[in-house]
Amino acid sequence: MTQFTPLLSLAGGALIGLSAVLLMALHGRIAGMTGILSGLVPPFSTDWTWRAAFVAGAIAAPAAIVGLGGAVPFDSPAPASWLVLGGLVVGVGVYFGSGCTSGHGVCGLARLSPRSAVATAVFMASTAATVFVVRHMLGGL
Amino acid sequence: MARILSALAVGLIFGAGIALSGMADPAKVLNFFDLAGTWDPSLAFVMGGALAITAIGYRFVLARPAPLFDAAFHLPTGRRIDLPLIAGSAAFGVGWGITGFCPGGAIPALGLGRGEAFLFVGAMLAGIALSRTVRQALASRAAARTA
Repeated sequence: MTQFTPLLSLAGGALIGLSAVLLMALHGRIAGMTGILSGLVPPFSTDWTWRAAFVAGAIAAPAAIVGLGGAVPFDSPAPASWLVLGGLVVGVGVYFGSGCTSGHGVCGLARLSPRSAVATAVFMASTAATVFVVRHMLGGL
Repeated sequence: MARILSALAVGLIFGAGIALSGMADPAKVLNFFDLAGTWDPSLAFVMGGALAITAIGYRFVLARPAPLFDAAFHLPTGRRIDLPLIAGSAAFGVGWGITGFCPGGAIPALGLGRGEAFLFVGAMLAGIALSRTVRQALASRAAARTA
């Protein structure tokens, strides 16, 4: 069980939205983690500096919250082999799918992009189906 | 320098949003998708809050001639709903469903210093790098054939 946190989640979501609006206003970029990371794997894209700065900020924020005495819940139930396999599948999937939850699910839907609407519907359904199979048919996690 | 610092600040806001919302917690993400079990609907509020702010903010921002630190907005131009989009998204869902990590949740989770996040992100970056190499090799082969 995890605690139902509607207000914190809404506030966190609003911050994610604010970052998407600011990245567009300042840099003209979609705040999608897939697209940002795609320029940070070899061969690095020529505009890697703002990408690296965004990622550094994204990593520093939870560390800062914990450092200031706040709590960031984290529990990863998957075994190491699943994390490696899942990570590879996610990397390949989001690259060919041109985006993930942040790019398609937030920025794309906000732009009313038909491609993002289809992608979001597909990955939400696929994730729910996978969780159902793992938890209720295989009895895992 | 202002360009780099502003990207860092925007990244901080993104990471704080992910951390507060619960998106950095694989157990919470998995529970959101477990409608038939220990369902936790919190993440619907994350999507709702993020979408509302972005949809409204984009209307104002994209009405401007250009962003502050660049000559033009970089917006996706693809329109086709093709096999890579659908198959890639379906595969992403399988990986998300067995781990509880998506890219935007996993990167901030690194800041918590937990090994699971590093393992996932390492494999995910390898997957992205591999896919990029494959796509570029296919594109250059296709270009050689038509030349």
